[in-house]
Amino acid sequence: MMKKETTILAIETSCDETAAAVIQNGDTILSNVIASQMESHKRFGGVVPEIASRHHVEQITVTIEEAMAQAEVTFADLDAMAVTEGPGLVGALLVGVNAAKAIAFAHNLPLIPVHHIAGHVYANHLIEPLTFPLISLVVSGGHTELIYMKEHGHFALIGETRDDAVGEAYDKVARTIGLPYPGGPQIDKLAQTGEASIDFPRAWLEDNSYDFSFSGLKSAVINTLHNAKQKEVEIAPEVIAASFQEAVCDVLVTKTMRALKEYNVNKLVVAGGVAANSGLRQALKQAAADAEVSLTIPPLALCTDNAAMIGSAAHILFLQEKFADDRLNGVPGLSLTENV
Amino acid sequence: MTKILAIDTSTYVMGVALTEGEQLEAEIVTNKKENHSVRLMPAIRSLMDQAGWKPEHLDAIAVAQGPGSYTGVRIGVTTAKSMAWALDIPIIGVSSLEILAQNGVYHNGLVMPFFDARRGQVFTGLYRSENGRMMQVKEDRIVLLEEWLQEVSALEENVLALGPEEDKHREALAAGLGSLLTIPAARDHAARPSALAAAALYQQDKTEVHAFVPEYLRLAEAEAKWREQQMERQQNGR
Repeated sequence: MMKKETTILAIETSCDETAAAVIQNGDTILSNVIASQMESHKRFGGVVPEIASRHHVEQITVTIEEAMAQAEVTFADLDAMAVTEGPGLVGALLVGVNAAKAIAFAHNLPLIPVHHIAGHVYANHLIEPLTFPLISLVVSGGHTELIYMKEHGHFALIGETRDDAVGEAYDKVARTIGLPYPGGPQIDKLAQTGEASIDFPRAWLEDNSYDFSFSGLKSAVINTLHNAKQKEVEIAPEVIAASFQEAVCDVLVTKTMRALKEYNVNKLVVAGGVAANSGLRQALKQAAADAEVSLTIPPLALCTDNAAMIGSAAHILFLQEKFADDRLNGVPGLSLTENV
Repeated sequence: MTKILAIDTSTYVMGVALTEGEQLEAEIVTNKKENHSVRLMPAIRSLMDQAGWKPEHLDAIAVAQGPGSYTGVRIGVTTAKSMAWALDIPIIGVSSLEILAQNGVYHNGLVMPFFDARRGQVFTGLYRSENGRMMQVKEDRIVLLEEWLQEVSALEENVLALGPEEDKHREALAAGLGSLLTIPAARDHAARPSALAAAALYQQDKTEVHAFVPEYLRLAEAEAKWREQQMERQQNGR
């Protein structure tokens, strides 16, 4: 008799979270455990790759064990082992990849490599089944991308950042106005209390482009503060935060809505750590309602890096039997769309 | 008899061995500057297949715990730790330097394994053969090669120098140790994973698998700088 459930153990170590999860049928979370290193990296104002790699080795097995314990599964219950192959920090990726290979070998499980961004998109599948075609806006500390999906496992990149990722711009601006790392949530909070009275520049790029650019905006913030200081004028940090956030959201939302219209798509899913940003969530909700587009944004815990999303994305690959062999490696610059 | 899988990826020499008690079952050593992450698991599977062993037959996993290449050591330790945990068997760590020192087990005198650690530094230690086992004379450390050689030559004993990048340092070794120095044939500078398995049989302290981590012998650069700043701040505050 065919077994009805497919149970996948997933590992994610692409940056500064050691994460493991057990996912059933691609849409049900049995467990989702995250050992965050954020406190350790805070001292440095950003993620230090060598230190991240060291923490991953410390945390890896205990995190996986906790995920299996919470899910109440044993190795005999597992159908496959999934892991983030890339993109990410190479030393960090290698810990997850080698752990996954060792466990797959020990228990003779098929090994499924997953693209980190595909994982973020599939975080939405844990909330509500993905329907196609869809457009996904991916916004995080390392990524700013617009992706078109015509079906499961298919990703076409239609726009990406040409310089800073949006989360990176948030962190840099936060540092400039003296907020602690990580800056995104801090700016978001501050922006709630300020008025967006400064008209920072929006980089629209070429007429038809879905690409993004945030380095000019970041420089404009720095220059504005610098000039104010020279003239001994005080600008409230909440005004900077609100104005910056409005400029970011304006570009992200406008380009996303234009893509939906041009590609004749009425399903939008949002992914990545910056999807936790309340300003962006609100702006997208409003725009999607106006355009009568169905919108999914994962809850905060599934926006930031986690292994549940990797297990969800792995399920479709499991059905397609897209398995890796023993030579699987961590690929820091892995492309999402190379197989399209 | 104890069946051990031994893994050493701490330098660009990669070694995997299967041993049963004191007996060697299978062993592979490669000396290639190619990614361990890509080659380690195929090597393990191939050896296990040839020996006709299944993962559940293993009694313990031995691993070179460092020092060495940070990434290299992490690949070996992560693989060993995850497999040991998944199979619910012990993990046994042995100093990467001690493993290499085993190549001098029949040398009469001191054995000095060393790995290049850049900027004139080496990871090294000093060992001596006693009843077929390597005993530590001076503990593993990271040190400027020039200073270290002064310390070693002061002992006025024969020294067998073993290092996978020995040829890069041959002049410095000759200058520092003079007539005390012995350098073996090139093949003897590659550590043998079967020696790791043998050393693991005698290893007394067994770390709990979750707590098992590499012995880097050096802080991450950012961590070292941060600690320095903290020290300065404390001193200035006084």
